[in-house]
Amino acid sequence: MAAHRCLLRSSVLGSSPAFSAGKRGFSVLTEEPVARLSAGLSASGGSDPTPRRREARNVQWVFLGCPGVGKGTFTSRLSQLLGVPHTATGDLVREELASSGPLSNQLAEIVNQGQLVSDKIIINLLSKSLESGAAKGESGFIHDGFPRTVKQAVCEKNYGVTTNSEPFDVAIIGGGMVGLALASALSSTPFTKHLNIAIVDPNPALGGCSSYYIKNEIPGSRVSTVTPATISFLRDIGAWEHVKHQRHAFFDQMQVWDYTGLGYTRYCARDVGKEYLGCVVENKVLCNSLLLSLQEKDFKKTIIPAKLTSMTVSSRRSSSGVSSGQSNTLDKSRTNNSEETAEPMHLQSLVRLELSDGQHIYSKLVVGADGAKSRVREMAGIKTTGWDYSQSGLICTVEHTGENHCAWQRFLPSGPIALLPIGDNFSNIVWTMSSNEANRHKLMSEDDFVKAVNYALDCGYGPHPQSNFLDNYIGRLPWGSGTTSIKESFQAPPKVINVVSERMAFPLSLMHALEYSSSQFVLIGDAAHAVHPLAGQGVNLGFGDASTLTKVISEGISMGTDFADLALLKRYEKERKAANIPWMAILDGFQKAYSIDFGPINLLRAAALHGAQYIAPLKRNIVSYAMGEWNWPRFT
Amino acid sequence: MTWWIHRGLRRALVPRGLNSSSPLLRPPAASSPYFSSLQSRSQENAAPESGIGGSTSSKTASFRSSLNPTEVAKFAAIAETWWDSQGPFKPLHLMNPTRVSFIRSTLCRHFRKDPFSVRPFEGLKIIDVGCGGGILSEPLARMGATVTGIDAVEKNIKIADIHAALDPLTSSIEYHCTTAEEVVKENKKFDAVISLEVIEHVADPADFCKSLAALTVPKGATIISTINRSMRSYATAIIAAEYLLNWLPKGTHQWSRFLTPEELVLILERAGVSVQEMAGFVYNPLTGDWTLSDDTSVNFIAFGTKRNE
Repeated sequence: MAAHRCLLRSSVLGSSPAFSAGKRGFSVLTEEPVARLSAGLSASGGSDPTPRRREARNVQWVFLGCPGVGKGTFTSRLSQLLGVPHTATGDLVREELASSGPLSNQLAEIVNQGQLVSDKIIINLLSKSLESGAAKGESGFIHDGFPRTVKQAVCEKNYGVTTNSEPFDVAIIGGGMVGLALASALSSTPFTKHLNIAIVDPNPALGGCSSYYIKNEIPGSRVSTVTPATISFLRDIGAWEHVKHQRHAFFDQMQVWDYTGLGYTRYCARDVGKEYLGCVVENKVLCNSLLLSLQEKDFKKTIIPAKLTSMTVSSRRSSSGVSSGQSNTLDKSRTNNSEETAEPMHLQSLVRLELSDGQHIYSKLVVGADGAKSRVREMAGIKTTGWDYSQSGLICTVEHTGENHCAWQRFLPSGPIALLPIGDNFSNIVWTMSSNEANRHKLMSEDDFVKAVNYALDCGYGPHPQSNFLDNYIGRLPWGSGTTSIKESFQAPPKVINVVSERMAFPLSLMHALEYSSSQFVLIGDAAHAVHPLAGQGVNLGFGDASTLTKVISEGISMGTDFADLALLKRYEKERKAANIPWMAILDGFQKAYSIDFGPINLLRAAALHGAQYIAPLKRNIVSYAMGEWNWPRFT
Repeated sequence: MTWWIHRGLRRALVPRGLNSSSPLLRPPAASSPYFSSLQSRSQENAAPESGIGGSTSSKTASFRSSLNPTEVAKFAAIAETWWDSQGPFKPLHLMNPTRVSFIRSTLCRHFRKDPFSVRPFEGLKIIDVGCGGGILSEPLARMGATVTGIDAVEKNIKIADIHAALDPLTSSIEYHCTTAEEVVKENKKFDAVISLEVIEHVADPADFCKSLAALTVPKGATIISTINRSMRSYATAIIAAEYLLNWLPKGTHQWSRFLTPEELVLILERAGVSVQEMAGFVYNPLTGDWTLSDDTSVNFIAFGTKRNE
């Protein structure tokens, strides 16, 4: 019978206890008079077979079949027989709508519009019902009508419909580029791939199964420049493969000059014997690639679509728990081995995180990767220093007539404008100016904006820089093997013909957290430091943080240390501060140096530009430092 | 730097006069308050010797099953100093990863375990003699070993127990307040016997090595770490560490009781353990890190294997 074939194909999830339970289950059915069941089926409203002993059978079954074959009937009767909860996705949705839970508004909209409920919501509802079942002491399940597609089955395998809330080893708060990079790096290192990781981010895009962004789409405005050091990191964690299939643009030349026309610098990757200086990739492509690299690894990760509302650290909880009045309950709870009033011993040393969807999770280490306005940093009480630049950065995507393989940056009186190639004929503009100006440029018409951009890049303010006899003399001094870009003369940047994306403006500031770690917390990425975009280093510093943190944690685990130990986290902090602080000082220095329009200062800057262009060893050092090929300071 | 009060330490507190011909080399703090407290403590611990041995199992057993929460709260306060990596035990915490890396590489090589596995010591029985607060026992347990920790100071055992219970990976460690001789009498054997920074506090190192060897199974591993008896170690471990930097309380170490690597190898040979590898620990004051090196002139660690009987 078709129904029997359904039963034989018991479990899709393939976990061995389920399979053996399936076999047991099958033999149960043959022992049980099959006739009784079929009688029950054919006679609608026939009495159910008397439920057997309601001990937990721990079966984990999934019923697949076309509509009308009898899944619902079988599952409801079997669940009574075996004493396991049975879940039908339709019932779950109706229950959620009726009970006005946190998802009911979303669901109501979807159902009213007659659309299919998304996989992520179904998985969410399912895990909630399984958890509440587990809390009541039920175990195992029989699914009716889930998963419906290969994608859902794969998602379920990937994101773990957890039936019990195990404590996590690492909870990464924030699923942006740096948070995902950390998760991916932890999954690629041999000593850390056994860790149980949770990624907490309300962005729904993280939950779905992703595919590549097609190149025909208009490039997004938010892009990042990744240095070769970052590219090799991404290659090691398996994300660069995916970036290569989507839009990205390598550039091997760079030109920097300012509005006075007194000096310019051209950098070339061949100066240091490399093929490219960096690559410009859209942020959404990076996120997507990192997510794909995570999905293809066999790794215990759970993506929790929620926001963090509060955190409590172990010491604060245990002091309230272990007091004389409650000592009796503590004893009882230990002997009963349940979590009624007090926490069991092994959870007391963990951090408890309350999430916006009502659930709570425990974790040994909390990583704050949630951006410049980090909540984790706030809750951990870590102070910051920094100041606002009274400037905003305006970004948008523009089009040229031909391809662009060079990165251009011109320092204007109000701030630098940078033109970065994204691929095909498109480039990305990052224009720093005062906030009022930024607003004005955002709102002006497209033609006006194109004219303003061309004026800022080329025509306006001052003449093209020329090289004079002194420069040629310095350039010909025996510096050693010549750098080719010394001989290159100034080139005008390509003309912008069109603006293709919307213009966005962001206020710019410098921020540095005084500490990157405290007991059981650590900050990476923008949560720890925010810099001016003028050298495109911000996200590269964040990826460096992720890479170093992975290395430190894996060294700790290889030596048997507790990886949430403060001494270990302080090692990470020491290494990253030594790398980040010099960069922040340099960038801040540049920003201040170029914001003054004063004769002698202009000449000084011009002299610096000339020096950087014609003194070969200095140029080589600058290029390799910017590419991330140095370890600073130069002793280990 | 664990204070392991051996029953014979009472005798040891009187200067031995072995190599100390000049008053400069005599232990400087025989009359210090620390020493007198050591003396009184050793007396009360040493006195009912059979009492300690006999009641250990029952005492520890009853302590472990109840894990009285009031005791938990009481010891939670002091436990922090052992495990406070910035507190008085800071030098030990700084040195620990280096010691663990030596132990890990030698034991993996000897027992043919995969050094890239997260838990390479799965299936090995290890005893940590003089475990103190469990600073070495916990990393070993996290690497998969079945660890027993013994120390003669009851307080240390209690602290170690509480701290180990916090992490499910280390809660399997068994701590006992006993001495190596008592464990030998119970006829227990272990795959690896590790005793770090203990032998310089013992009255009779040769006897101690014999006990350690007796605890090791044939072809098992014995690892001992201590401080060399050299001019450099006097300057570093006694003058600098105890008097100038105040890393250790004055009188913790007696220079005359340090062993040179040759002496240690000799007494281990006589006990049936042949030393295969030796390494030194070097402290870099600029970076504040310890590293393994060939320089055994101050701190050194020796790995030996028990001969087949």
